[in-house]
Amino acid sequence: MFFARPSKLRQKGILGMNKRNVSYIAKYNQRSLYPLVDNKLKTKLVAETAKVSTPKLLHTIEYQHEIKQLGDVVNKYDGFVIKPSQGSGGKGILVITERTAEGFFKPSGETLTLSDIKRHVSNILSGLHSLGGKTDVAMIEALVQFDPVFDRYSYEGVPDIRVIVFKGFPVMAMLRLSTHESDGKANLHQGAVGVGLNLANGKALCAVQSNRPVDEHPDTGSHFEALQVPHWDKILHLASSCYDMTRLGYLGADIVLDQQLGPLLLELNARPGLAIQVANNTGLEPRLKHIETMKKHGFSVDQRVQYSQQQFGIL
Amino acid sequence: MSSRAQVYLLSFIFIFIGIGLTIYKNSELEFPLLPGERKTIWTVEAKIEFKATDKPVTVSFALPHNPPEMGILDEDFTASGYGFGWDSNQQERRAQWAKRKAKGKQVLFYKVQVFKQSDTYPVEDAIPPTETKAPDLSPSLKTTISQLVTYVYNRSADNTTFATELIRLINDKEPIEDVQLLLGNQGLSKTRLALNALALANVPARVAKGLRLEDGRRNQKLTTLIEIFDTDHWVFLNPKTGQKGLPDNFILWQRGGSSLLDVEGGDNSKVSFSIIKNSQPAKSFAILHGAENQAALVDFSIYSLPIEQQNVFKSILLVPIGAIVVVLMRILVGVKTSGTFMPILIAIAFIETTLFTGLIIFLVIVTIGLFIRSYLSRLNLLLVARISAVVIVVISIMAGMSILSHKLGISEAMSVTFFPMIILAWTIERMSILWEEEGPKEVFTQGGGSLLVATLAYLLMTNQYVEHLTFNFPELLLALLGCIILLGQYTGYRLTELRRFQPLAED
Repeated sequence: MFFARPSKLRQKGILGMNKRNVSYIAKYNQRSLYPLVDNKLKTKLVAETAKVSTPKLLHTIEYQHEIKQLGDVVNKYDGFVIKPSQGSGGKGILVITERTAEGFFKPSGETLTLSDIKRHVSNILSGLHSLGGKTDVAMIEALVQFDPVFDRYSYEGVPDIRVIVFKGFPVMAMLRLSTHESDGKANLHQGAVGVGLNLANGKALCAVQSNRPVDEHPDTGSHFEALQVPHWDKILHLASSCYDMTRLGYLGADIVLDQQLGPLLLELNARPGLAIQVANNTGLEPRLKHIETMKKHGFSVDQRVQYSQQQFGIL
Repeated sequence: MSSRAQVYLLSFIFIFIGIGLTIYKNSELEFPLLPGERKTIWTVEAKIEFKATDKPVTVSFALPHNPPEMGILDEDFTASGYGFGWDSNQQERRAQWAKRKAKGKQVLFYKVQVFKQSDTYPVEDAIPPTETKAPDLSPSLKTTISQLVTYVYNRSADNTTFATELIRLINDKEPIEDVQLLLGNQGLSKTRLALNALALANVPARVAKGLRLEDGRRNQKLTTLIEIFDTDHWVFLNPKTGQKGLPDNFILWQRGGSSLLDVEGGDNSKVSFSIIKNSQPAKSFAILHGAENQAALVDFSIYSLPIEQQNVFKSILLVPIGAIVVVLMRILVGVKTSGTFMPILIAIAFIETTLFTGLIIFLVIVTIGLFIRSYLSRLNLLLVARISAVVIVVISIMAGMSILSHKLGISEAMSVTFFPMIILAWTIERMSILWEEEGPKEVFTQGGGSLLVATLAYLLMTNQYVEHLTFNFPELLLALLGCIILLGQYTGYRLTELRRFQPLAED
């Protein structure tokens, strides 16, 4: 069958876009809190106050004339990431992994000159990537030294862990792995692999690429069965504490693993997508309903994480 | 009240008001629901002629007064040099012209436009007749008529059957002796005879006069009908056929006994009527009719604006139709478009260029634009400058296409100017970024989605019924608003999600 029967999806508890927008985002995410997540600079500042670890902010550029000094700034670092503070959906993020005399290398191996980077920053400031074309600020962040644990599973790109946090409880998680097809990007709809993770221990449950179940990474050939995300409790802890930090009821936290620093909060999303359900081969709604019907609890972050691991983990 | 309940209440109120006003305008103000409906209007002109005798002149003329089944749209009184006034009472409406001194042939005109109304206004029907006086007849005549009355009386049950039987007898091809006598020797007219007989039988009766509405008739005379009162209402009877009720296309001009025309200070007076039938678009009829009745909905409507502004509103009122297409395609289907309301702008441009030409122009401009944009991106320009450059390029492409098409004799492509240039430039910019960041697939998905939604919006917005309804019943926008608010609460799956999550539905 080309189309699923709506009743079947409802029975499986699959959350649809309309329901997400009306019943969760509009209901639990106060509009005034959005700038905290839509503006990555603000997120970073709040995270620092809340002692939530994030990649180090190296520099910010606010005005076009500051671009002249960009060379002095980037020459200090071998690798760095430039992103618009108000970009959405990963738009406008430039990752430089290596700097040589020839220029700057993107993860794909493409070389950029300093003027390419300057133009990128200029575009960011003009608001090309920001919602509604507002003028923006460019952030230069330290490059995350990715934990080699995922090396076997990632191709040309950045693996990250997406955790959906509802009212402070982690409810679902997945690992996003870039592929050749996704051109080094971790967006599922572009062909990245999504691996559903067991909330109890961070073990891979199942994996999908372009809606089809896969057992191994299409480029590296590594089996997902053995995959287990390290620092699992810490990751859930980090995600869960984002609720206390932002007060957003329905939230997606993107977390990366640094070799030395462990889990780092990369960014937050007030409108996290629904592909995580496909990666986990299960619907979000029963879990959200479960949390919704819970009585007032006054749980701490630790208690919430534990509760979620017991409730939604698969042992 | 919960927000959900408020939404339902609000949308219900909007839909109710919107549809209610539409029904009201349709049934009461007679705004047609479908375009192209026409309404027949009869123009009746009464020409009053007389010879003035060099004395002060007063002319009193009976006018139609709430004629049953007919509505009066407009009246016009023309008489040069005469003062005009009304001489009306409850039963009758009369026009009065007056002049201090007049000599020679005088002509006065009264023009009335009438139309058939679905509902009748039997205003006078319930008013019982005043005491009927016994007619002044010679004893022999009275005896003969009394015999006839007795003869008919025994063959009838009530006033109506009495009257119809009487008229039938009078009009019989081989009338009975009494009737033969009365019509022949006494020289009574059939109508007069019937009225006398009715009076003797104590059946309240009176003469009613009216006009048969036939196109192009001149010098028409009024037709006489007999009205009799039966228990609680008046019944019209044709004295020649006995047929009950008013004939089709008939305007009742005068009821009751008083004269049609009184002229003081003149003689040889006569009235003649001429009739023209014409059909008007039902809409202009409704506007005229509504303005006549001071209907607030017409008075305070778009129609009160100058035609130029009305035309602007004609297009503006179509935008919500585009909006609902976008809402439906987004919320129910889940089509991705580049820019939420971009498809509406494209659709509006399509209206000016027609669909096929519009699609081609759009594709040509965006394709050329994308090539030029990719070159500009190598020049290291600031964003705003780059988009401005794209705007100029877009304008150049449009100018080029117009000139080329003009030389080739294709007039459609000249309408490219209606495309929103700034929007096109932004579209090109965004699509080019999209191409770089997400690849060509996404560009085609979003571009295709935009064109699909724009095409659907265009087809709906150019539908003559939709156009007619939005312009003539702008209150329907309220109903549309109600629907959109309701759709804003829709939490079900989108059609594309049924596909997207299809693997999850498998066991």
